Formats: sequence, structure tokens, C-alpha cells
Amino acid sequence: MRKRSLDMVHTLAKRDERVVFIGSDLSPNLLGEMKKEFPSRYYMEGIAEANVIGMAAGMAMDGFIPYVNTIATFITRRCYEQVAIDLCLHDLPVRLIGNGGGYVYAPLGPTHEAIEDIAIMRALPRMTVTAVCDADEMTRLMDATLDWPHPIYIRLGKGGDPVISKAERGFAIGKAIDMIDSETGASDVLLISTGVATTQALKAAGSLAADGIRCRQLHVHTVKPLDADAIVDAASKTKLVLTVEEHSVIGGLGSAVLETLSDRLTGALPPVKRLGIPDKFAEHYGSQAKLMEDFRFDAKGIDAAVRKHLAELRR
Amino acid sequence: MKHKTALKYATDLDLVQQAVLDDRSRHLRRLIFRAIENGGRGHIGPALSLVEIIRVLYDDFVRHDPANPKWRERDRFILSKGHGCLALYAVLADRGFFDLGELDRFCHFDSFLGGHPETVVPGVEACTGALGHGLSIGLGMALAARMQGRDNKVYVLMGDGEINEGSVWEAAACADKHHLSNLTAIIDYNKIQSAGSVFEIQNMEPLADKWTAFGFRVFECNGHDVDDLRQVFREAAAYAGDRPRAIICHTVKGKGIPAAENNPDWHHKSDLKPAELQIVRSALGS
Repeated sequence: MRKRSLDMVHTLAKRDERVVFIGSDLSPNLLGEMKKEFPSRYYMEGIAEANVIGMAAGMAMDGFIPYVNTIATFITRRCYEQVAIDLCLHDLPVRLIGNGGGYVYAPLGPTHEAIEDIAIMRALPRMTVTAVCDADEMTRLMDATLDWPHPIYIRLGKGGDPVISKAERGFAIGKAIDMIDSETGASDVLLISTGVATTQALKAAGSLAADGIRCRQLHVHTVKPLDADAIVDAASKTKLVLTVEEHSVIGGLGSAVLETLSDRLTGALPPVKRLGIPDKFAEHYGSQAKLMEDFRFDAKGIDAAVRKHLAELRR
Repeated sequence: MKHKTALKYATDLDLVQQAVLDDRSRHLRRLIFRAIENGGRGHIGPALSLVEIIRVLYDDFVRHDPANPKWRERDRFILSKGHGCLALYAVLADRGFFDLGELDRFCHFDSFLGGHPETVVPGVEACTGALGHGLSIGLGMALAARMQGRDNKVYVLMGDGEINEGSVWEAAACADKHHLSNLTAIIDYNKIQSAGSVFEIQNMEPLADKWTAFGFRVFECNGHDVDDLRQVFREAAAYAGDRPRAIICHTVKGKGIPAAENNPDWHHKSDLKPAELQIVRSALGS
């Protein structure tokens, strides 16, 4: 997903002379082909995120579309005021590509784990927040970024994530994708997920369906603007809503879904349960998969949570 | 005022204190107080130290067209110390970017003139107010000009308190790296920040050496002497090297109102009292 995202910057640069790449001290030879082909639109800057965001803003004010890339924690936490003011207040088409959303950098510890990036980016007016589920969907997202007139945060997964998205289901920024075919849209459980958590949720939907539990799944690659219509409609036809995200349960997808349902749903609100990272920094290293398992939002944890909550409803 | 490091500037700091303001400088200050009186508030000291710098830039150096503020070939001027915006508003209004009457609506609910400048104001290039943003934005504009083959210049005016911000120095290093000879940093060195003397709160001396060490070609001048300002901006423009320029303008916070000069109490004021307005009128005339 990461490689695809950056390769797409090069592809977009060929297509549109407004496209600029700005990295903040990334790997040697990153996007080397782009650097060779478009040296004047390739910038590898120092470890200075605040400056890099302002620099991108200045370029965007004069018509460029800068794609800025560094580790997700640094591109969100370190330069938050620059993102808020330089990008959002000016409503500039700058794209922030954050490496290692969630627990991708599990072995590196909490300094490198972007667990609240969606929450803080989502809180900014005019910011678009995306977390696609695989490399193919990344291609579709990057295609769509070229003409999106607002700042975008692009959360990256680990790379090598299994491809589960399908081109025929379409892609548009701000439109949730139904991952499971359903004639009526009615379900026992509605899974709403974002990023690579969608892969885990889809796997859980498979094991639940095998036991006759009717699952519907909305993949929300754009957490902001949220596809409120799709979510409200699907929530009105289910018994249980379960949100899944590789992100703090504070302020992320689960919060966004609850806010939307609370504001928009006219009938009774179905039970809404949130799976994700509890309000704490990781206390272990290991791997992304192990931490997701530990906090029970891997496929097994999702499956168990659905069965438990449905059983509670039957009581 | 005592400070840790002896100032070694060619500019005579006594002359900065004593600089006499001409009619145009007093007129622009009256516009500032027209806004403050109607708005009921405003950053006074930080605007008054800027007036001559911005006046000389717009009168003689910054390529602009008030009828077409977004003219592609214009020079870009960013007031990074956004709290000095009243000086910029006065000059922009005076040059016809917008109606002088708008100054009467400063900080009103439906005015476009707020306590910090935003791009809704004709002629304002960037929303500033949070400090330490302007130089990075300016260098992005300078790089954009280079990529697009434009020969316009970019000027970024910062406060001496503002340059406490680390992001300023991130930007300075980056401007040096890219040899941005089309970028000029201007420092309003009035030597007083909000809490008091810059030498006590956060000494940045040796300031000229710092900018030099960061790769800038440094100039300095009396920031209230319009002839000196013109001379130094001309020298800076004539400099043919590939380094970005830094112009340290020695100024007086609150310049033009004796009671406000070098007085942190006049940094920001709300609801000026009749006696204070009288002080202003007697200093500036009406």
C-alpha cells in the first residue's frame, strides 16, 4: 500500500505538472525514478515537519498539488498547528501521506504508533481523512486525489496487506463501500470498518455467515467526510452495529459513526459497539497483528464480539 | 536596557530611538488608530514598529496591483507576525486594496479585517497570527516561483519574539539549502516581546550572526528611517549572490506615541480610555 501510494505520486506527476513530492528524510532512493524524471518537482527535505508543511502550503497557494510523506505520527502530531492553519484554514490541496497508521510500527513502540491520527485530523475543518484497505484501493484513492480541492490525510497500512477490494464496487472519496452483497440490506450485524481493519472484519463476516449470522459490512475508506447516508440507512436495517478500527476508540471511526447515528437516525438507535485501541499507549512490542489480537479487534476478536453482543440482545 | 550580549550593529540604535516621523508615517499611524478606536481593541506596539518597513516595501519595492491583488507576477509579502496586522491594513487601505472605511469596522462581526490577517483581505497573502509559520510558507512560494519560471520576489516579515519559534530556524536552514535568492526575511527588531525585553525573555543575540550562520546574506537598517530602509532594500535587491536575504530592521515598539514607546503595556489594548486617546491625538495630530 505504501509503495503503491508513492508510485502513484510519480504516475500523477506524469499526468499533471502541478504534482510535487515532498519527503521528510525518508529512505535513500525513495521515488528515485520520479526524482530522475522530474527533479524540479521532487524534494527530499530534512527532519523538519513544521517547515515541510508550511513549504507545501506555500507551493499550493501558487497552484501546485504537493504530496507530503513521512511517518504518520510525525506528519500529524509534530506539525499539527501547521496542518490546521497553513493547510486547513487556507483550504489547500496538499496531501499528507502518513506511513504506518495504527500499529504498523509495533516493534518501534509508542513514539511511532499513530493511534489517534484519525481523531486529530478529523477534528480539523476542511480536512479529508482516508484509510484505504489495500494497495489496489490505494490506486483508486490516489487517482481521485488529483482533483479533490481540499487537504487530504492518507493513512497507510503496512504494505503487503492482502488485496480484498474490488474495482467493480467503485470508488469515490466520501462514499462507503458495501463489502458483502445483500438483496435487502437487512442484517443481524452491521460491521463498519476502515483501513486494514476492514480485512479483519471481512474475515469475521465469513465465519459469522457460516453460522447463519447475517452480516453486512461497510468499508469506510473516507472517515471524513463520512458517508452518513449509507451508514444511517444500513444502521436502520440491522440489530447491532459494530465498528472496527486500528485506532483509539476516542475520536476515530467509531466516534464518527456514533455522532452520525445520534444526529441523523430518526428511529431507535441500535446498539453500537466499538472495537479498537483502548485509551492507552501500547505496552508491548511484537507485531501489528499481535497487538490487534491482544486488543481483540483481529478477525477472531471481531467474531467473538459479534456473537457476544448478539447473545446479549437475545437475552 | 542591559542585556547579556553586547549588540554590535552598524546601525546607530540611538538614531532609531530618535527617528522623526514624516507626514505620511503619521498619516498611516492615524489610520491604525482609526481602526483601534472603532474596533475597541488592537495590538498597538507591534503595529507601530512596522509602519515604515511596510510603507517603504509597498511604496517602492513590492510589485503589486491593488486592482488585481491575485496578479500572478506580483511579489508576495507575508506578514508572519500577524499581530502587527493594523500596519498592513493601513498600508493596504492607503494603497487602494480596499476602502479606507473598512478600517472603521475593524474586528466587527461582519468585517473582513480581524485581529490577525486572513486571506479574505485583498492583498493579504497568508493567514497568520500563530507565529513561526510565514517563513516556511514564503519559501514554498519562492520555490513555486522558481518552478513556474516567475521572477517575482517573496518577502516575509517576522517579529523578534516570533523568531524564538523553532520552525523559523527549520525554514531558515531549508531556504539556505535551496539557495532561495528570491526570498527575503525581514526582522522587526523592536527588542520587546509580550512579556518584556527580548534580552530577558529569550535573547536571540548574536542575531545577525545567527542569520549569517544559517546561510543568509544579512543587512540591517534603521527601521523608522525611510531613506535608510530604501537604501538597504535597494542594496539587498542588488545583491547578486544565490543566498536568501535577511534584513534586520532596528525599530521601536510603539514608535510614534511617546507613552507607548518601549512600553510593553501598549502591546495590546482594549477600549482605550479618553486620556489614552488624547495621548495618541497629541502625538499624531488629527
